[in-house]
Amino acid sequence: MEIEEVYSSSELDRKEGKAINEFIAGHQQVIPDPDRWLDEELERNILLTSVDAILNWARRSSMWPVVCFPACCAFEFITTEASRFDLSRFGMEIVRASPRHADLMITAGTLTWKMAPQVKRIYDQMAEPKWVIAMGACAISGGIFRSSYSVVPGYNRIIPVDVYLPGCPPRPEALIHAIRMLHQKIARKSLISEGE
Amino acid sequence: MTLALSGKDITKKIEKKFPGCVAEAAAESLLVKGEALSEVAAYLKNTPGLDFDYLTAVSGVDYLDYFEVVYHLTSIKHNHSLVLKARCYNRENPALPSVVSLWRTADFQEREIYDLLGISFTGHPNLKRIALWDGFEGHPLRKDFL
Repeated sequence: MEIEEVYSSSELDRKEGKAINEFIAGHQQVIPDPDRWLDEELERNILLTSVDAILNWARRSSMWPVVCFPACCAFEFITTEASRFDLSRFGMEIVRASPRHADLMITAGTLTWKMAPQVKRIYDQMAEPKWVIAMGACAISGGIFRSSYSVVPGYNRIIPVDVYLPGCPPRPEALIHAIRMLHQKIARKSLISEGE
Repeated sequence: MTLALSGKDITKKIEKKFPGCVAEAAAESLLVKGEALSEVAAYLKNTPGLDFDYLTAVSGVDYLDYFEVVYHLTSIKHNHSLVLKARCYNRENPALPSVVSLWRTADFQEREIYDLLGISFTGHPNLKRIALWDGFEGHPLRKDFL
């Protein structure tokens, strides 16, 4: 008995060719750019701003943190970076392994005196302008390890701190709050005073 | 499961070979006199039937009246273990013989005890601070450090 053919390969090829030809016929027009109205608006307007405003906007909108995570606060920072809290909303999803690419140091953890020269060196290698968020109790004051023989009682002994963020460890919301505070601080900077 | 050997049983063997070396024999550990530590340790490592070929850990304890160094020995060959202890009563210059020549593991661990408790291990090939920096004053794990 001859087995009935379920499908023929040439039949499949014909169907596929027909579908492709129909697809080509249906896509002969360019889809309009959804943001096309922007060009018209820009043609009609001139945007005026100050150098300070545009410079500070650029600086605070793309702050890249350097890797400086000596202890457990790092996990809160990792959570802040991850999808739930999504630090890329502030243009800072990239954590740089090279201090030369970074302009923000988030000091997430206890610092020992033996490690301190390395952190100072990383900070010195960062290009100006640069900022520091002291994250967590240890970064602010040494925390519960303040009286220890080996712990630096606060990062402000070795580098200047812009924003102090309390907590042990601070929640991701708190870290985002600290970043927003730093944004406000940067927004108030002026090129004239910077030159002093 | 590793069989924990009784300190009393091992003491009988050691006393036959080195009389008067064991200061105290307990069920779970044995305490040897500091000056006999090298010989006893070599005996425990090299005697057939004991073969303590692996040093799991070395720890230092400050009891204020004396320092105690605890050696956790294991035999991978026979799957049994033993706790060996030695004391030094000199608080100014505590010293014990090093066991690095028997177990390489002891190298870093004796350095750590030297660093944090200030016990010198005579015969150690490179006895210097391991965690703290050169020039640090004192030994912070001593009870009277602060």
